[in-house]
Amino acid sequence: MAILLILPILMLVLFGYSISTEVKNSKIAILDSSNDVATRAIIEKFRNSEYFSVKKMVNNPSEIQDLFKKDRLNMVLVFGDNFYENLAHTGNAQVQLIVDGSDPNSAKTIVTYATSIIGAYQLELSKIDKIPFQINPQIKLLYNPQMKGAYNFVPGVMGMILMLICAMMTSISIAREKELGTMEVLLVSPMKPIYIILSKTIPYFVLSLVNLATILLLSVFLLKVPIAGSLFWLIAFSLVYIFVNLSLGLLISSIVDSQLVALLISGMVLMLPVIMLSGMMFPVENMPVFFQWISQIIPAKWYIIGVKKIMIKGLGLSSIIPEMSVLLGMGIVLVIASLKNFKYRLE
Amino acid sequence: MLKYLLEKEFKQIMRNKFLPRMVIILPFVALALFPLVANFDVKNINLAVVDNNHSQYSERLIQKVISSGHFILTNVSHNYSDALKSVEQNKSDVILEIPAQFEKDLVNNLTTNVLISANTVNGMKGGLSSAYLVGIITDFSSEIREEWIQSGTKLKAPACEIIPQYRFNPHLEYKYNMIPAIMMMMLAMITGFLPALNIVGEKEKGTIEQMNVTPVNKFTLILSKLIPYWVIGFIVLTICFFVAWLFYGMISKGGYLQIYLFAAVFVLAFSGLGLVISNYATTIQQGMFMMFFFVITFIFLSGLYTPVSSMPEWLQTMSFFSPLRYMIDALRSIYLKGSSFMDLWHQFMALVGFAIFFNFWAINSYRKKA
Repeated sequence: MAILLILPILMLVLFGYSISTEVKNSKIAILDSSNDVATRAIIEKFRNSEYFSVKKMVNNPSEIQDLFKKDRLNMVLVFGDNFYENLAHTGNAQVQLIVDGSDPNSAKTIVTYATSIIGAYQLELSKIDKIPFQINPQIKLLYNPQMKGAYNFVPGVMGMILMLICAMMTSISIAREKELGTMEVLLVSPMKPIYIILSKTIPYFVLSLVNLATILLLSVFLLKVPIAGSLFWLIAFSLVYIFVNLSLGLLISSIVDSQLVALLISGMVLMLPVIMLSGMMFPVENMPVFFQWISQIIPAKWYIIGVKKIMIKGLGLSSIIPEMSVLLGMGIVLVIASLKNFKYRLE
Repeated sequence: MLKYLLEKEFKQIMRNKFLPRMVIILPFVALALFPLVANFDVKNINLAVVDNNHSQYSERLIQKVISSGHFILTNVSHNYSDALKSVEQNKSDVILEIPAQFEKDLVNNLTTNVLISANTVNGMKGGLSSAYLVGIITDFSSEIREEWIQSGTKLKAPACEIIPQYRFNPHLEYKYNMIPAIMMMMLAMITGFLPALNIVGEKEKGTIEQMNVTPVNKFTLILSKLIPYWVIGFIVLTICFFVAWLFYGMISKGGYLQIYLFAAVFVLAFSGLGLVISNYATTIQQGMFMMFFFVITFIFLSGLYTPVSSMPEWLQTMSFFSPLRYMIDALRSIYLKGSSFMDLWHQFMALVGFAIFFNFWAINSYRKKA
């Protein structure tokens, strides 16, 4: 069972550090057929940038294909002929950015960085001439100014771990008692069935509270993701989510009879949709409409939106009323369904 | 001897109601559906505009932003705090605020400011959406500058044309990145989990003791457990290639033979790890969790989702210990870029190393005594 305490820590550390939305140290090569003041200055800028690491200077365009296949570079920067001449006078200087497009977001980001480096050089040149009609965009990054990946993933990991512990483990542990035959012993005892169910769920409830505390502590102190909103409402909201998942676990366990089936149902019906459709990893708005509909019935989706609102954006209770009521509604429906379905009698 | 053991293993797999179906259906469904869902693409960014200026220039700028295709105008507010509310409600992703003196400054002082506020809870989306906006605004200012120059005044800005060209994926479609990743996940999950549950399953059933009293040696036994998953690995990979071609029209640029060669070694390594876990676990549930632990660690370290080069230094070092890193590197290079075996022989040797290490460990950790 120690794994249930370690798993959240592992996932949080892995998600927090390995999923980085930054693109740093992209490997680039440069083909500079001009080799003049301007290209040398621009290359110097690329060398000094933390986003790029200049691996090679090449002389022949035919080498480019190999740079991608063999050295697996991210970008090749190709300056046109007579770069400075054209830049200063004719206005048709050319730089080609040949980028490995197999990872689209990295590719776009690399192009943006490279463009801004070249743009900065142009601006330096133009300072001398006083260029009119300049619009300076001032950029304000809301909620996550350092653009850390962790801000996006901590709520997702919370949604997934709590689901894993509450729904999956509850259903498996009840199915295990059924499989081993010990459930019958409990049912013939003078205990009321409701107490049996309660006593099966409470350990997982406690475990999930421990996990919630671990995740929050780790994210605040290790990953430096602050809790911007009220801790009280964050916990209250999480309790509602835990309640939904416990009742989901009960419902699954009232349907199935063996551990393996419980495991598979939890895996197929809970794990996969949560990972794929909840918005934990992949943005819901990018999915085809059909999948967006399905995502509406996944509790984790609502939980993750709510947690992002309270924890990251620092909004109050009034902003999560829709999410809160959806989760409460789901919980009530599920708990009624599972209590109705639960077989109190021996067959 | 090995022949009979293999016969036993294959019979056991085929008799299972669930396993053969899973080996066929899971990769099929995963590869057909996941690329639709697994999409980090940043498009259709919802834009909130606060135009305090309402001039010809500000309206032109807004028009230009909308017609760029990246943005959808979802909110027009009269002040910044209203726009911020729409961001809080997830109705917009980025705010563009144009100051009241925008046109005046632009014409008289020749320089002016606009404010871009991006929601960066999702850092990738926030970063790209503000970068897109900056690009459009820069374009806009050079556009009006050119008009002004043409209207008589002689002034020239140094101009340079930047031409991005995307190799291997000219339209920047996300599926090119995800399809090899999903193939890799299927291969790792199926050829990792099944062996991890194999020996421990026999332990739970008690059939392993029957094996232990036979004169079969450890090496042959492990080999007989390994070969079925090797075959399964080839089946999974073939289904993946087929579905990628059928639904997404993707074929390997570097041919299939090389990929099978890499996969052959990778599956040996990963199934070997599965068997090691199976040797140490005492219950199926335990084996399951231990394998889950390794698979998830290896996947995150491999660069399957985000490039290894943007991880912190210590994680990059750790990633050398993930066999998936070498395999995904080889798969992507061959499949998307048409790299050849010679370009990737470092990766190949690393995989061979893993295969020897894990299988040696599997043979060594198998205990014939109960």
